Amino acid sequence: MSSPATGEQAGVVRLPEDALRDVRLAHAPFPFDRVALWTVTLAIIGNFFYICAINPNFGWPVVAQYFFDPTVMKGLSVSLGLTVVAMVLGIALGLIVAVARMSQDRLASSLSGLFIWFFRGAPLLVQLIFWYNLSTLFPRISLSIPFGPTLASWDTNTLITPLTAAIVGLSLNEAALMAEIIRGGLLSVDKGQAETAEAFGMTRARALRRIIIPQAMKAIVPPTGNQLISMIKATSLVSVIAMADLLYSVQSIYNRTFEVIPMLLVAVFWYLLITSVLNVGQGAIERHYTRSDRGSLAVPKKAGAGTTGKGEA
Amino acid sequence: MTIQPLVRARNVHKAFGHNEVLKGIDLDVAPGEVVVILGPSGSGKSTFLRCINHLEAIDQGSIEVEGEQIGFRLDKGRLHRLSGRQIAAQRRKIGMVFQQFNLFPHMTALENVIEAPIGVHHQKPEEARRLGRELLARVGLADKENAYPRQLSGGQQQRVAIARALAIRPRLMLFDEPTSALDPELVGEVLATMRDLASQGLTMIVVTHEIGFAREAADRVIFMDGGHIIEEGPPDQVLAAPRHPRTRSFLSRFV
Repeated sequence: MSSPATGEQAGVVRLPEDALRDVRLAHAPFPFDRVALWTVTLAIIGNFFYICAINPNFGWPVVAQYFFDPTVMKGLSVSLGLTVVAMVLGIALGLIVAVARMSQDRLASSLSGLFIWFFRGAPLLVQLIFWYNLSTLFPRISLSIPFGPTLASWDTNTLITPLTAAIVGLSLNEAALMAEIIRGGLLSVDKGQAETAEAFGMTRARALRRIIIPQAMKAIVPPTGNQLISMIKATSLVSVIAMADLLYSVQSIYNRTFEVIPMLLVAVFWYLLITSVLNVGQGAIERHYTRSDRGSLAVPKKAGAGTTGKGEA
Repeated sequence: MTIQPLVRARNVHKAFGHNEVLKGIDLDVAPGEVVVILGPSGSGKSTFLRCINHLEAIDQGSIEVEGEQIGFRLDKGRLHRLSGRQIAAQRRKIGMVFQQFNLFPHMTALENVIEAPIGVHHQKPEEARRLGRELLARVGLADKENAYPRQLSGGQQQRVAIARALAIRPRLMLFDEPTSALDPELVGEVLATMRDLASQGLTMIVVTHEIGFAREAADRVIFMDGGHIIEEGPPDQVLAAPRHPRTRSFLSRFV
């Protein structure tokens, strides 16, 4: 339809000048303004780094000395380990809560709504302290039939260590936040997709796994990357329940040496390093889930209103 | 007249809130028959089609496909509601083609076609792929098996959707306005594919606005209006000499 006209067309006058006016021949003027802007910007940034580098108050030699300190390494592994465990549990539980929240079943959707309301609403710091001090509320935890016999019983203090309190606290909070992210992703998928899966006789579980979730991932991955980065930093909260994470370990060093700024810089650089690695990973995952969007040719023409035709026709 | 109908609908009623869309539909479709349902927008024809595979639950009456009641089971004079899993099993012999194609956008054309055969019908992957390629060739898209839906034109997408529906070896095919979302120049290729299927003895129920297709491919034309079937018969009778004034006025717009 809109392909360039080949052959002679009646009534079209071609001027000799037309060849010179072909936009392919245009040359760009040298961008003096852009070059100037780049130069000034780079000079300011470079100068800032230089000032920081030569400032003795930053204590760079101390930063270098403690960067791979065993205490710091141990704290780093605790932070990373907690992040991974809490994130995996949070996503798994969050998926279940999200599906339950969207279910037709009133019981499931109300219970998951209550779960999200509480664990998203209460401050994470308070949740962690509560889990850690669970033994003061419930000295023993028992598995029993309501109002009936007890099947098993444990001492709360042996069950809840700083580690378990940290994992439970972080995971439940994460699950509530992830549930909403996953729900948003599931809602972003065209309703026709679930209907088609249904029409082909797929079970709901299979439709979710094969059709809906892969399409929802596009909307789920970016905010989940955010969550992961927040989670790495949120693990620093566990220092209040005596978990020796990265921040706790640098604090323990500067409490001894009084080199507060250099030690905090050690922590900051480690956090930035981890988040940089995660950003690269997130980019790769996003590319994987958007591969079917590339190289688009034709976008189907939508037929007027009522695309799913519920009350239509 | 002793052949058992493939589809048997009796007194089907359906309302969305206070809006009664179907007001008592009775219909028998014989095996191998091609039935085209015509009618103005809002006449209930798409809704009726969606009731046949229980995408919409009906409020009154009954629908049977191959002697099995859709969504229910009659046992010793008592009617039992089926579970979601049992309804899913019932749908597996019914293929459906949608107005908006509804291809799975994250899968290639071939992956779209083999998804249900492998995942729902437990075909062997190699076997499903072989059959899938055969079906893509049959709808004229042998060279597009690795294309994603977005890389295909609307007509090509709809033909992949038809191949996908055929891949489950359906006993019945439902077409819900298969050409309404297509540019006019792409309608022809989809109708040609459907005519091809009709001539091969597949039982088809087609909701469409394509009078030409009804004339050439239908064994029987149903005209619906206001939730009722108001006229039915062979295409040359209903289309050329409609008896009901509503049919006449509807058809006059297509001349």
